[in-house]
Amino acid sequence: MMDLLNAIVALSNFVIIPAMAYGSQLALGALGVTLIYGILRFSNFAHGDTMAFGAMVTVLVTWLFQSWGVSLGPLPTALLALPFGILGCMALVLTTDRVVYRFYRAQKAKPVIFVIVSLGVTFVLNGLVRFIIGPDDQRFLDGERFIISARTFREMTGLREGLAFKTTQGITILTAVIVVALLFWFLNRTRTGKSMRAYSDNEDLALLSGINPERVVMITWLIVAGLATIAGVLYGLDKSFKPFTYFQLLLPIFASAIVGGLGNPLGAIAGGFVIAFSEVTVTYAWKKVVTYVVPESMAPDTLVQLLSTDYKLAVSFVILLIVLLVKPTGLFSGKAV
Amino acid sequence: MKKMLLASTAAALVATSALAGGHAKEVKLGILIGFTGPIESLTGPMAAGAELAMSEVTESGKLLDAAKVTPMRADTGCIDNGLSTSNGERLIADGAHGIIGGDCSGVTGAILQNVAIPNGMVMISPSATSPGLSTVEDNDLFFRTAPSDAREGQVMAEILQERGVKSIALTYTNNDYGKGLADAIESNFKEIGGEVTIVAAHEDGKADYSAEMGALASAGGDLLVVAGYLDQGGLGIINAALDTGAFDTFGLPGGMIGDSLPTNVGDALNGSYGQIAGSGGEGIEKLTAMAGDAFDATSPYTPESYDAAALFMLAMQAADSTDPAEYGKHILDVANAPGEKIYPGELGKALDIIRGGGDVDYVGASAVELIGPGESAGTYRMIEVQDGKNATIGFK
Repeated sequence: MMDLLNAIVALSNFVIIPAMAYGSQLALGALGVTLIYGILRFSNFAHGDTMAFGAMVTVLVTWLFQSWGVSLGPLPTALLALPFGILGCMALVLTTDRVVYRFYRAQKAKPVIFVIVSLGVTFVLNGLVRFIIGPDDQRFLDGERFIISARTFREMTGLREGLAFKTTQGITILTAVIVVALLFWFLNRTRTGKSMRAYSDNEDLALLSGINPERVVMITWLIVAGLATIAGVLYGLDKSFKPFTYFQLLLPIFASAIVGGLGNPLGAIAGGFVIAFSEVTVTYAWKKVVTYVVPESMAPDTLVQLLSTDYKLAVSFVILLIVLLVKPTGLFSGKAV
Repeated sequence: MKKMLLASTAAALVATSALAGGHAKEVKLGILIGFTGPIESLTGPMAAGAELAMSEVTESGKLLDAAKVTPMRADTGCIDNGLSTSNGERLIADGAHGIIGGDCSGVTGAILQNVAIPNGMVMISPSATSPGLSTVEDNDLFFRTAPSDAREGQVMAEILQERGVKSIALTYTNNDYGKGLADAIESNFKEIGGEVTIVAAHEDGKADYSAEMGALASAGGDLLVVAGYLDQGGLGIINAALDTGAFDTFGLPGGMIGDSLPTNVGDALNGSYGQIAGSGGEGIEKLTAMAGDAFDATSPYTPESYDAAALFMLAMQAADSTDPAEYGKHILDVANAPGEKIYPGELGKALDIIRGGGDVDYVGASAVELIGPGESAGTYRMIEVQDGKNATIGFK
């Protein structure tokens, strides 16, 4: 019985909890990508760096608060700074839209041109973030690090395995739930949300019904800025803030959005978790868990690992390929890519 | 000042050569390192270190028949095989008697294959650390005063054993450096009876290391050795390990030693330990004093450069020849025991001893001890993280 508990705890500690947190971060990122794709009709490669920019503003404001001695007690000060980060990020995306994207929208440029343009924006943002905060790792996490640490859990329960649950993981999962609920309420219940969905379904029909396209575009960007900043900050709190990793985050985020179905918010969330869990579980070495479950004589000598962790990225892309081959619109029937 | 020195040595040379009846020669040593390219910031002090040894010997007037030692600088670009090879050829055409270089491991191999071996020229590299160079077929023409990364694996295995570590989990950054070092650590640790539960690569700059940590934790071990970079995936791995409580002590090879790691990880890193190439003690202190303000003698591979130049000149004296085929055989003799220990600034004394038929054991600035196929045994600084700082706890 104890062994079974140990097995469950080990599995939760190394697979379920990290994958949940990582999945939430991917889901929030993928939501932003999918909204842009659904409403503005292009794949925004600058999303990773938009996250980095929003997170950077938050980091800077957090440092300001910390120097003033303002804190949230056990919670990270960054949560207090988050609204300022979102505002900064909103200013940024509205500026890029005004300066760059609006020009191409007026020309009715093809989506592929938008994609390349967004790649250009990526590099500009890349440089901007490095110019302001530098290319290095930045620490801005404070407050209580763990809700429950592995050591405390062991002492409390007397189990051999520890279960660590970080404050940032808790915040990540909780925030993701709240944000997603708010977003769905907004899209499905409010007039603005409905006009956005109408614009997404059929642009011309929406125009005829008197929907102001520039307003829809602006609101989309504002929501995306909010999502990107929240995702960026949660990721930065949980792992670390480093501009380069946000660029790297772009791949799994796009994989999530495409697996779930581009343009479908529900799909983005599902996709985030599918990618996160597949990365962690397929390459997991089951030795520890199996040793607890089976009788001692059958305990494995090997790692009981399906694939070496070298292949973890390959796993998400194989899933992506299969989904595109079998169901090109993604699991939740988004738009065909 | 330099000109005057040169002039006066030239004058002295003329005078002595007149006395010695025309036996005096000029010894030319090429300095073939990357004055441009990725390690250009290191090569200035390296060349200055080598030239310091040469001027010391020239001034002593005791090499062969009061020979004058002239440095000839040439560039490798660190990663430019074509440039290195053509510059190596040029040095030989200009009459170099030995080549100090190359610097980076890749070009060093290229110079060895394309220039040194065909021409029978001896090379002593002050900075190439790739384990591949230990096994390369070199016709006994290649030496290095820098330790191989393979040696670091051995040192690390010894440190782990001394601390009573029975089993380790090992993760490395997925490139030639990480793989080579991980292989060395794994084989050495197994040889002395340790257990390596898993060897897993990690990519630098990835978004999430939960998967790697799951595998590493499942394999288990007394501690986790991270053969990576401190501002790259290595940091991500350590954070993931601490967060999940999978490991609380880490073994840190050279790539993980730096001030930013304890700062970024925090108190949880206290008690972790490792090693980085570097020597302490008399040799380096003397070289620092000799260098004065002219250059930074503690800059990486600068002591090794001084030592490379010194080994050439001592071996030439021991062979009483500047022919690589003759003096090459004496490099190991002058570098290793038995004999009187020689530190920087004592090259004149060493030349006297050799001339008198005695034996020297060149220690130099980097505690030279050539092992195996003629590479530095390597001194490593042992580091332990204490109170959020890297503290040096000894040398090995």
